[in-house]
Amino acid sequence: MSEFTTVNHSVPRGDGIAKVTGSAIYASDIGLEHMAWAKVLRSPFAHARIVSIDASAAKRQPGVLDVLTADGLAGLSPYYGHAVKDHPLLAIGKVRFVGEPVAAVIAEDEPSAQEAVKKIVVKYEELTPVLDVDTALSAGAPLVHDKEYAGGAFRGFDDFPEGTGNICQAVHVEWGDVESALASAAHVAEGEFYFPMVYAYAMEPYVAVADYNSKSQLTVYSSAQHPFIVRHDLARVFGLPLANVRVIVPFVGGGYGSKSYTKVEPLAAACSWRTGRPVKFRLSVEEAMLTTRGDDARVRIRTAMDADGHLVARQATIHLNTGAYAENSPMVARKAANRIVGPYRIPNVKVDCLAVYTNTVPASSYRGLGGAQVTFPAESQIDELAEMTGCDPLQFRLENLAHRRESIHPGMRPIDADVPGDICQAADLLGWKEPLAPGHGRSICCSATDAGAHPVTLAMVQVYGDGSVSVMSGSTELGQGSHTVLAQIAAEEVGVPLERVRLVGSDTTVTLFERSTGASRTTTLMGRAVLEACREAIAQCKSMAAELLGVPAEELVEERGGIRCGQTRLTWAGIVERYFEMEGCSILGRAYLRKAGDLTLIPAFWEIGVVGLEMEVDEDTGKISVDSMVTIGDVGLAIHPAMTEGQDLGAATMGLGASLFEELIYDGQQLTNGTMLEYRVPRFSDMARNIQMKLVENRDGVGPYGAKGGGEGAVNPIGPCLANALYRATGVRIRTLPLTPERVWTALQQKRS
Amino acid sequence: MKIVFELNRKPVELDIEPSETLAEVLRDRCRLTGVKVSCEAQVCGSCTVLVNQLPVSACTCLAYEVRGRRVTTIEGLADESGRLHPLQQAFLDHFAFQCGFCTPGMILAAKALLDENADPTDEEMIAHMDGNLCRCTGYLPILKAIRQASMAMRGQQ
Repeated sequence: MSEFTTVNHSVPRGDGIAKVTGSAIYASDIGLEHMAWAKVLRSPFAHARIVSIDASAAKRQPGVLDVLTADGLAGLSPYYGHAVKDHPLLAIGKVRFVGEPVAAVIAEDEPSAQEAVKKIVVKYEELTPVLDVDTALSAGAPLVHDKEYAGGAFRGFDDFPEGTGNICQAVHVEWGDVESALASAAHVAEGEFYFPMVYAYAMEPYVAVADYNSKSQLTVYSSAQHPFIVRHDLARVFGLPLANVRVIVPFVGGGYGSKSYTKVEPLAAACSWRTGRPVKFRLSVEEAMLTTRGDDARVRIRTAMDADGHLVARQATIHLNTGAYAENSPMVARKAANRIVGPYRIPNVKVDCLAVYTNTVPASSYRGLGGAQVTFPAESQIDELAEMTGCDPLQFRLENLAHRRESIHPGMRPIDADVPGDICQAADLLGWKEPLAPGHGRSICCSATDAGAHPVTLAMVQVYGDGSVSVMSGSTELGQGSHTVLAQIAAEEVGVPLERVRLVGSDTTVTLFERSTGASRTTTLMGRAVLEACREAIAQCKSMAAELLGVPAEELVEERGGIRCGQTRLTWAGIVERYFEMEGCSILGRAYLRKAGDLTLIPAFWEIGVVGLEMEVDEDTGKISVDSMVTIGDVGLAIHPAMTEGQDLGAATMGLGASLFEELIYDGQQLTNGTMLEYRVPRFSDMARNIQMKLVENRDGVGPYGAKGGGEGAVNPIGPCLANALYRATGVRIRTLPLTPERVWTALQQKRS
Repeated sequence: MKIVFELNRKPVELDIEPSETLAEVLRDRCRLTGVKVSCEAQVCGSCTVLVNQLPVSACTCLAYEVRGRRVTTIEGLADESGRLHPLQQAFLDHFAFQCGFCTPGMILAAKALLDENADPTDEEMIAHMDGNLCRCTGYLPILKAIRQASMAMRGQQ
């Protein structure tokens, strides 16, 4: 029996009926009166100087309102970016990747805009492109950016040093004495690994509907994950006060990090600013694939152990292919450098991570934020070391994993989870010691990622005199179920039925600031803010009740949903109504979380990813199929167990895609598989035959009731799980993802010959 | 051009451009925004609607082709009293969606399967549903929901 009434129960989703009946409204469904449409012309070159743009024929086309080019941005601050303000609304002087927007047509309808785009004539002078990281870092390489940019508003938070040349960001992490430890180690595993360029494929492509009115008030409906950072970028671009910029995010058709930060909103807003009309700017999936991707990563890594089987050192050089603009790659670099350590005690660590500009589609957040890129080499190498000593890889991990309250990163929060216990549970569920059939392999891998991002989270709760409650939250409902979870917390705290709680948001004008919806933070941080806001409202009710009853507040006994004083019982709602002597009133509780108190230490929590799987490889074709998959969600307390398990399965499935077949492939300047016909994501038939999700609830997080976040951890271990299991099945070690049939088959042939 | 067809049990007559897709007509002219468009290439299944009970990708079907036919979208799945179809209820019960963008197409594709084969095996379900992509759930909850709906529709619950 749960001690809770509403939380820790798999209650119906608050957005459920809307989503199964088709009435859920997404930004792509929004239409406004007198709305015009925008479409953009995209660069055919990876790197070129724009010599001239002739939009006269496009402007003459019936139905066209205007054509916006860089020249038309005069009067705006035309660069945006939360980390580095390097991203122009439209290419200014130069294009930096194939697919970069060069001009925007605003027309009465979308087909007219699309038709007119073809009539714009642009003369380019081609420049030598920089298409890969090694070239970008070589001496004398052309520069992707040859000017200095201002730092974005959120750069300062994490104390990033400036990059030089084609280096967008350089991150260095070091403790101990790695070189000495490597020199005296008993065994050293050394290798170079590659994690592919992937596309998150949120099924709803990027979309914004912008309305810049005559009072210089800007309203934008967007598919963005982080409306407050979009608001900030828009305010800077247009020189508007924050109060004049309203960003509303209705339901979002998938995010997975790809809708983090600002994307199409500034250009949509500029089109509205230019024409005085509301403008809808929606991308096709092909255009979305030319907008944001994940950073592909080349990792050179050495991991060492002593003769007793203890890890003694890890040294790594990580090169991220950041593409043409910084977007969130500076943060990806920071996180990749932190996350390559894993949940282990390693006394000597040295990591250098570079985010490198190239003339390719900009890279940014992708589920796990650098975690998947570095857990692949890190956990592959743990298995390699275990084999060098003839040790069972599970046992080897158990001997080196950090226990609760141990530090894995000097200066950061100690481990707030039971990782050894987690992998033992995975082993039990997977049948770790069972004999393996020929062609089968098994592996259990884990990751620890510094999650939660920077804790600035504000929330408001209204308690109404009729016993209903509204929660005003700036967290975006991406499908992860945050609206349901936050309502559960409010219902639990105020002691009202869940059906009486309404979620309001995201809307930057009616909800308080929330830095972001990502880094698995919402349950932990917004959940806690909602809990504290409820308690603040309740404290107000208690003072009111004391006044009403003419007794000291200490004589009131708090019960679920209200107070008792002698024979008198009052609900919180009843107190509100009696206090004001008027129906229809409400009071406001609020909470401001910041980096203080028990949220001073970063990360807010360690997100643990534990996955075990058994796979089978067809040696004739190289095709891998997943037989069994186990996920362990070490989440402190699952506010909603079924949705929490759903996050783990969804994350693991996304990891399967990136590990088995997903990869954006460039041929020279051109992305060659930038359509969903050619970019393969997991389907029903790729599901593991047996799937088990297990939650571990030790109530060890800083979130409400001891909760911690989930939803990203299970992405990270999948790649190394598959590579390690393939090794166990065949003796072939592959250090490049994805493990396509062709790659596996080729490796098997090479081993045979 | 004028076309006449049955939409969610009601006759409709529309004046459309010959180039308009069924998805455009349903979303923009009929305001049935439960028809979700993603890949626009008949790969993802999110725009699936039923035409004479068969699943069709509305993104690549010309609206002209449905003249004289019966079109069902997610908005027309609940019965006249508003009671949810067993598939809708099963998707709720199993948390068989997260962002919900694939859900209308997913439910309609599953309905086509159950109308044709009331008691499909897991393999039959997977084969039938393989053209509907979901990026959030990992598919297992959807499979469980279809199984529950199949049982409910056969009176086994």
